[in-house]
Amino acid sequence: MTTLLSLVVAPGFFASEPVRTAAVIGGAAAIVSGVVGVFTVIRGQSFAGHALADVSSAGGAGAFLLGINPLSGFLLMGVLAATSMELVRVDRPSERDLVTGIVTGAGLGVAALLLYLNVTTSSTTGAAVTIMFGSMFTISASIVPLAIAVGLAALSAMGVLYRPLLLSSLDPNLAAVQGVPVRLIGLLHLIVVALAVALSAITVGAILSTALLIGPAAIALNLAKRPSVAIFLAAVIGVAATWGGILLAYDSYEWTGGHGWPVSFCIVALIFAAYVVVAEIRLGSRRQPEPGLKPRPREGRATTAG
Amino acid sequence: MFDDFMVNTWIAATLVAGVAGVVGFFVVIRGASFAAHALPLSAFPGAAAANLVGVDQLIGVLAFSGFGVAGISQLGRRGRRDVATALSLVMLLGLGALFLSRTTEYFQAIYALLFGEVLGVGAQDLAPLAALSAVSIALTLALFRPLLLSSVSPELAETISVSPRVMEVLFLVVVALATAVALPVVGALLVFSLMVGPASAARTLTSRPLAGLFISAAISIVTVWASIALSFASDWPIGFFVGALSALGYLAGRTWAWVEIQGLSQFRRSR
Repeated sequence: MTTLLSLVVAPGFFASEPVRTAAVIGGAAAIVSGVVGVFTVIRGQSFAGHALADVSSAGGAGAFLLGINPLSGFLLMGVLAATSMELVRVDRPSERDLVTGIVTGAGLGVAALLLYLNVTTSSTTGAAVTIMFGSMFTISASIVPLAIAVGLAALSAMGVLYRPLLLSSLDPNLAAVQGVPVRLIGLLHLIVVALAVALSAITVGAILSTALLIGPAAIALNLAKRPSVAIFLAAVIGVAATWGGILLAYDSYEWTGGHGWPVSFCIVALIFAAYVVVAEIRLGSRRQPEPGLKPRPREGRATTAG
Repeated sequence: MFDDFMVNTWIAATLVAGVAGVVGFFVVIRGASFAAHALPLSAFPGAAAANLVGVDQLIGVLAFSGFGVAGISQLGRRGRRDVATALSLVMLLGLGALFLSRTTEYFQAIYALLFGEVLGVGAQDLAPLAALSAVSIALTLALFRPLLLSSVSPELAETISVSPRVMEVLFLVVVALATAVALPVVGALLVFSLMVGPASAARTLTSRPLAGLFISAAISIVTVWASIALSFASDWPIGFFVGALSALGYLAGRTWAWVEIQGLSQFRRSR
């Protein structure tokens, strides 16, 4: 048994302190992202989810500059961006992504400026790369208490919002008739997304933040019909992918002779592969419609990209 | 600012801005700003991969934006399009993280690829840049009518046998080409700002397609010129100015459209 285990897990894996921290923080980020992500996917707001990660990193650069807790910089910028994305009133659904895009462009511009000012004042040249790709094995202990508080706040906000959010995501008109403040709920949802994304962006980087928000939720929604089941599944899949990715990255040092694959690559690859497999199976099972039944039209307009 | 070494920069930036403005027009009417964000960003690891393999950067960027197009259109057939875009993007960026861990690429180069460093365009870079710009503008103009029709009304387009799926792929190819033109010059994030901002502003000003296309290209070129000048004067990064000016342009356009509507309804009321 021990030899079998050591085939899968390279020696020293469980004893390693950075691995343990990464597993705990990465797992927590995966749970929060998975739970929040289900609604992001249902509402078709993947772009906003990704954009918030990019824009909140501008706050990280700003926090560097001011010398305050980086997480509060991420959170502040994320909430600011989420609010401005939702407050611009749009007539067409296609314009929503446009507003998201423009806010993102402006936010990234600010990020470029702040990074530049950082580079010129304190020569932290690696900041751009750290913020973009994150580095799970170098999470600083100072942000952990605030990170846990924010994660719990995001989860409990989802609990409170669950029913009105579900109704206004699936049928906004019906929700409005029932007296649900659809726009306010939309704003609150995006703010919670901003919290979750800022949390994962600072701990695991902007790439993984998007991967953990969208990937597990999309896989879960392909597997489960009921939203509550999908939320549970998304959290489980997210944690499994994160831990699997950490293990893979750790083991890869052995296989590749000390060259190792980055954790973010391993986690993203696992999520991507799982999504392709699940979507393929689902497509295959949908290809044989019962005789006499017309195949259901695909969801969404066929021409809308992204 | 107009020294000899800056002339190449002005020419390159103008070409890039023109292409981004023209292509951006379709990005905006299709509401495809996520694709316009994802393709440049996922093409950026291509530059790192090209350095690793030792081929020209342009080839790497072209290859990776090709992967992006394939990922978005293939995965998009199996489910939600925004999910497909997001997952293709993170997969390619994940590969980027892998390549970057292999190279000893200095951070300044990565910063330049992301946020742009318009200075330092050599004379030898101009010829391929001009050729690619010409190809992508020609392709956009050749596709203008079917692409416009299938963007505005996919059902109508299908009745004259313009397949929405083929148009979608062709549209992504056009965006990918524009990306390859612009990325080495202005960086991944600026390409996106230039494709979305000016075209959105143009659409608030006119609803006529051809006029929109030209206004979009014009606003884009003016934005880039102003940004280079401001960046030169203040020493701040050009990316900041392009992002800020694009957002301001869109806000101004929205305000203008709003004022016009208000004026119109007041005019009606007074009659």
